[in-house]
Amino acid sequence: MESGRLILSMLVNNESGVLTRISGLFARRGFNIDSLSVGETQNPRVSRVTIQAAGDEYVREQIVHQLEKLHDVLVVVPMDLTQTVVRELLLVKVRAAPDTRGQVLDAVTVFRAKVIDLTPTTMTMELTGEMSKLDAFIAFLTPLGIIEVCRTGVTAIGRGEYMLTKNEEE
Amino acid sequence: MKLTGAQILMEIFREHGVDTVFGYPGGTVLNIYDEIFKASDWLKHVLTCHEQGAAHAADGYARATGKTGVVLATSGPGATNLVTGIATAFLDSTPMVAITGNVACPLLGRDSFQEVDITGITMPITKHNYMVKDVTRLAETLRCAFSIAASGRPGPVLVDIPKDVQVAACEFTPQAEGCMPKPKALNADALKRATALITEAKRPFIYAGGGVVSAGAGAELVTLAETIGAPIGASMMGLSAVPNDHPLFLGMTGMHGRYAAIKALHRSDLIIAVGTRFSDRATGNKQEFSKDHKVLHIDIDPAEIGKNIPAYVALVADVKLALSALNAAGFKSSGPEWMAEVQALKSAPDNHLKMDESVLNPEQVLKAVNRRLPPDSPVATDVGQHQMWVSQYYSFLKPRTFITSGGLGTMGFGMGAAIGACIGTGLKKTVLITSDGSFHMNMNELATAVANRLPLIVLVLNNSVLGMVRQWQTMFFDKRYASTTLNRPTDYCLLAQAFGAKGLRLETLDKLDTVLDKAFSLSGPVVVDVRINRDEMVLPMIPPNGTVQDMILRG
Repeated sequence: MESGRLILSMLVNNESGVLTRISGLFARRGFNIDSLSVGETQNPRVSRVTIQAAGDEYVREQIVHQLEKLHDVLVVVPMDLTQTVVRELLLVKVRAAPDTRGQVLDAVTVFRAKVIDLTPTTMTMELTGEMSKLDAFIAFLTPLGIIEVCRTGVTAIGRGEYMLTKNEEE
Repeated sequence: MKLTGAQILMEIFREHGVDTVFGYPGGTVLNIYDEIFKASDWLKHVLTCHEQGAAHAADGYARATGKTGVVLATSGPGATNLVTGIATAFLDSTPMVAITGNVACPLLGRDSFQEVDITGITMPITKHNYMVKDVTRLAETLRCAFSIAASGRPGPVLVDIPKDVQVAACEFTPQAEGCMPKPKALNADALKRATALITEAKRPFIYAGGGVVSAGAGAELVTLAETIGAPIGASMMGLSAVPNDHPLFLGMTGMHGRYAAIKALHRSDLIIAVGTRFSDRATGNKQEFSKDHKVLHIDIDPAEIGKNIPAYVALVADVKLALSALNAAGFKSSGPEWMAEVQALKSAPDNHLKMDESVLNPEQVLKAVNRRLPPDSPVATDVGQHQMWVSQYYSFLKPRTFITSGGLGTMGFGMGAAIGACIGTGLKKTVLITSDGSFHMNMNELATAVANRLPLIVLVLNNSVLGMVRQWQTMFFDKRYASTTLNRPTDYCLLAQAFGAKGLRLETLDKLDTVLDKAFSLSGPVVVDVRINRDEMVLPMIPPNGTVQDMILRG
């Protein structure tokens, strides 16, 4: 396992308090969550959680083992990043008076973002991609005057036939 | 059959063989208590003085019997009073089910009278917890709770039941006792590597933890030790795992461990760690601990592998299963050299430190108790110097006879735990070794012992100080005794009498046998005020984060 970034994909019971259990575990064991996203799966009783965290091998192994002890966590897998598609959604609103609007639109074209709202003074875009792409987009827009940034946190899915399942054994 | 939530709870108790519940009534558990009243022909309820005592009693019951302890409390303060007891059980992996009432569902989240978010509060100190808002899910949830508490690495589970769920009724289908998840099979590859590791070892050392006690694997452990020629050391939680008079048993390891056990562990080339989590109190400096030997770690909880000490090879499995598999592999003995070295350590003078024998000292008192108490009787302790002295000087011969708070180190644990252990073992003569500091924390439960006419002897090792903290102040704080000198003229004999118990005083060495004989001859609860020297220390001692080189043998 390479060092640095860790993306954990989890299937959890879709019940109240599950996120508290997961985030509480991270907090009390001293692990940091860099990003977290969660949503229902095709089975309404099961949610899928994607957590991005960082840490050395010790931390990563402990996170997985400790998460596995939570009874609402059905499966937790550290994703193989070479075989995983990782995406995040960004909504960003910038100052876009008529004189700067052109620059913003250039960025929209280059980054393949989408304009979703336009007013005489502001422009709002959506962009999906790897975190680094979102970071670059934000970096470009910063000097133009960012009003608000919303990021969903990363979500990840394995390539090809790979499927996260409950019975998975390491 | 249509039953109310409270009735379903009784049925689930019956399904799981629960014969005793420790608890304290209150507004939101009235319906449950009404059913307990009706179930009195098969279910015993033990009313304590405080919910903390009830939680410790359920814990002590579980430790002494191996069965799941059950505690019941009302909402709000009743529930929060359980917290220390639940955390104690969690840290020592005791199977426990805690049932709390809560305000009715429509009142939840409105800061109603005696409402508290007990599932939120106990999330980090339970294996799992539940709030049941729908009576149709109650039976299934309670069955899960009992299964989770007792399976794998045991631990406490809390089920919070709002009052209206206790009253609501639904169809109930009885089941045979809940099916426990089967223990996972051993990983064949890991077993092969473990076998190779043991075969190669020239100086193997077996380090037994509380997991050996909870798995009931003492016999398998002794077989392995005898086959491969390995001395056995134990963590405090593992002390009752094997008969302490076994020739290969060296005693406790760790901060206040026995000289021979610490030295042998240090000299070994392979530590076979069984059912243990390598607490900092047991290892001292972790880097130094890991040097010069390989670790074969056997534990049921995969999260313990490598958490504190890196494992060279790990067997994640039920300890009994793993040890049986290793025993089946067949080994040769490590050889006479290692055994000779271990023998030399055992007979070294440093392995037989003596306290001042001209005055009454804890060692003499504990050995005198040891001579009188049958080997299958529970010995409970509180936390502090007296606990370490019991760990060092008491010879445990049967598993589950040492009832003590290890991981959390809960002063005030002893009274409740002793009550639970005494009741759990069918009213065996039970001894609580405590101290004036710890006893003052929860001595109210003496009333519970009296009310239940328990054959309980409470030995208060009374040195008028908070001895363990004072010892640290002596050693590491230049004798600045901040808040550890107890200016309390408590008369333990009068106190015992006030509770309806008997009180005795032991002040001098020459009275040791007469007073203890008297204490053992009395039937109900007895409190013995044992006066010991305030400067008596627990030795040897390896200072926190220290190594075997830092071992202090003399004060």
